[in-house]
Amino acid sequence: MTANGWIQIILYCAVVLALVKPLGAYMTAVFTGERTFLTPVLRPVERVFYKVAGVDEKQEQHWLGYTFAMLLFHIGGFVILYALLRLQGLLPFNPAGQGAVEEGLSFNTATSFITNTNWQAYGGESTLSYLTQMLGLTHQNFLSAATGIAMAIAVIRGFSRASVLTLGSFWVDVTRATLYILLPLCIVFTLFLVWQGIPQTLGAYVEATTLEGAKQTIAVGPVASQIAIKMLGTNGGGFFNANAAHPFENPTALSNFVQMISIFAIGAALTNVFGRMVKDERQGWAILSIMGVLFVAGVAVTYAAEAAGNPILHGLGIVGGNMEGKEVRFGVLASSLFAVITTAASCGAVNAMHDSFTALGGMIPLINMQLGEIIIGGVGSGLYGMIVFVIVAIFVAGLMVGRTPEYLGKKIEAKEVKMAMLAILCLPVVMLGGTAVALGVSSAVSATGNPGPHGFSEILYAFTSVAANNGSAFGGLSANTMFYNVVLGIGMLVGRMFVIVPVMAIAGGLAAKKTLAPSAGTFPTTGPLFVGLVMGVILIVGGLTFFPALALGPIVEHLATAAGQTFAGS
Amino acid sequence: MLKQIRPALVILVVLTVVTGLIYPLAMTGIAGVMMPRQAEGSLVVDESGKVLGSDLIGQVFTKEIYFHGRPSATTAPDPKDATKTVPAPYNAANSGGSNYGPTNKALIDRVKDDTIKLQAENPNAPVPQDLVTTSGSGLDPDITPEAALFQVPRVAKARKISEDEVRALVTGLVQGRTLGLIGEPRVNVLALNMALDKLPKS
Repeated sequence: MTANGWIQIILYCAVVLALVKPLGAYMTAVFTGERTFLTPVLRPVERVFYKVAGVDEKQEQHWLGYTFAMLLFHIGGFVILYALLRLQGLLPFNPAGQGAVEEGLSFNTATSFITNTNWQAYGGESTLSYLTQMLGLTHQNFLSAATGIAMAIAVIRGFSRASVLTLGSFWVDVTRATLYILLPLCIVFTLFLVWQGIPQTLGAYVEATTLEGAKQTIAVGPVASQIAIKMLGTNGGGFFNANAAHPFENPTALSNFVQMISIFAIGAALTNVFGRMVKDERQGWAILSIMGVLFVAGVAVTYAAEAAGNPILHGLGIVGGNMEGKEVRFGVLASSLFAVITTAASCGAVNAMHDSFTALGGMIPLINMQLGEIIIGGVGSGLYGMIVFVIVAIFVAGLMVGRTPEYLGKKIEAKEVKMAMLAILCLPVVMLGGTAVALGVSSAVSATGNPGPHGFSEILYAFTSVAANNGSAFGGLSANTMFYNVVLGIGMLVGRMFVIVPVMAIAGGLAAKKTLAPSAGTFPTTGPLFVGLVMGVILIVGGLTFFPALALGPIVEHLATAAGQTFAGS
Repeated sequence: MLKQIRPALVILVVLTVVTGLIYPLAMTGIAGVMMPRQAEGSLVVDESGKVLGSDLIGQVFTKEIYFHGRPSATTAPDPKDATKTVPAPYNAANSGGSNYGPTNKALIDRVKDDTIKLQAENPNAPVPQDLVTTSGSGLDPDITPEAALFQVPRVAKARKISEDEVRALVTGLVQGRTLGLIGEPRVNVLALNMALDKLPKS
């Protein structure tokens, strides 16, 4: 670890924090229907949308109606994307002549993008046409992100409202999230990325003759417009196979820095939206502090492990931090930082190959996802995921003092706690259950790219990543098989729906409750005691659930590395 | 519930067209006018108009007279059997890393072999780590300044010019951290080799 490394980390945190209030204020204005500087341009467009769609923007939905609308939207998105993947060979914007994507991979990819997972079983430049990249992936990046934001706003309304049955209109929220927040940010961001060197063209792949006279085919495409939303929407599905490690997705140290900011920007600002809408910004800062402490702890571990490097290589006379799978322009620090950010948020973009991280360096991304991606988290999903843990923490605090727990003036009762536990428990079922099933299937085990405990980590990482809707991978696993495409696809759906639906049920129930005035017995939810309590609950739940599995993978591997033991493939 | 079908369809289709067609196509148009070089992929073109590569994409260098980039783990479909792949370093149509874990014997053996070769080439300096590790993309255009300086004696000997001249060229092409803070110092291998080719012959 170097002083420069820590300065880069501090600079990163400072910029993210500086964006929280302005972006939070803007998003609050958008969702409460106040005037913003974009209103004169966008309001007429928005009105036309509602008119054509037959939406009355004043008419709000019950939580069931809101959730049903969201599900319909997902189904429609799935159909469009699946059809594009299967038919791309017949459609325009396909200069590389990519043929139809086979059924299993199409199912997996379509599911992956509607659930904001963006697991990359597909190869990007070697599989998909430009039309699929734009109309399929870019568009679904927007919509799954807008859905996440809409859900978070609905949950916030559950707390900020009292004695009503409605949570807002899904159609209005999703349209506004797209038009007022994601699109304008993406337009500016795309131009910045092109300036840094990301291609944005519909031209065919370039044929070059290298300095030594060899032929090199260079894949290009409408890349920048997709990378912008891939980052801001915490989607993470790459245009290219190597994702953000590819120089055309992430050409410079500066593009990398700004991409890291964009992963956290909206998720962090949503905590401020939460604070503003419940009329107490400190509530938002308290939640952000929980996220912040867990984040910095994760960065410290991964950075230390990667900077220390691989002792087995040191034995060969190679000095320095671990550079296998990393790019020179990013180095150890920016690669470690990116890995922690992308798994803390539900992004899943990678600027270095996580599979080649040291055992402990790669364990933190795994843990970040296992905790449910609540450290900033995906746009929207991070906030409501964290609120689920807050509910459990408040419940635990209530048990300790023998009083009905309250949060923001809402009584937390049996129904809320049951739903919160359902949302929390569905993740380990997929992550651990799925890994256990895969270990019993010989073709699934032989698909691992590394022998020994690292192979186990690859499978555990895959199921963890899909259930958490992250999408990053230990890429050595050959996941493009019928078994993995189908099972992991189902894992993504469970991981998304079994969190969203219970959370919406909680929100609907809370909106209907009265808001109680705080009394002397109310547990304050803005101080360090609260922050510590929630962190304790997160770490205890996560630790008890996942420690045994981690012991079989990264922890064993760490001990093996220290002892200089290697594993040979069969 | 049925009355939700119309908004679902219409909003989905309208937003699909806006975000999936209008947005990327408009950005393609604007970027193409404002920043045509970057939008096309930062291509390097010689005087005759032949494309030599891209500033941002590494390429294979094996000759003694050139600086070499990092090992690359990219592959291509096996021409004999499409279900298999064969090594194809710096294949810019199929990016990817080795994905070797830290205890994989294949990684250790590869690093060991490369280290022995490099030590023979320059026994006077420790082998820089980036010259024996593959990048995440397999297309890394850069090497560290240490890795460039490590190769100076070989390149100078092959070109029959003084080491000082080559070293000065490397030092001049080192890109520092952005704003002195962000990223890591590096040397673009293609730019360095093109600059070498432009040196007057001794």
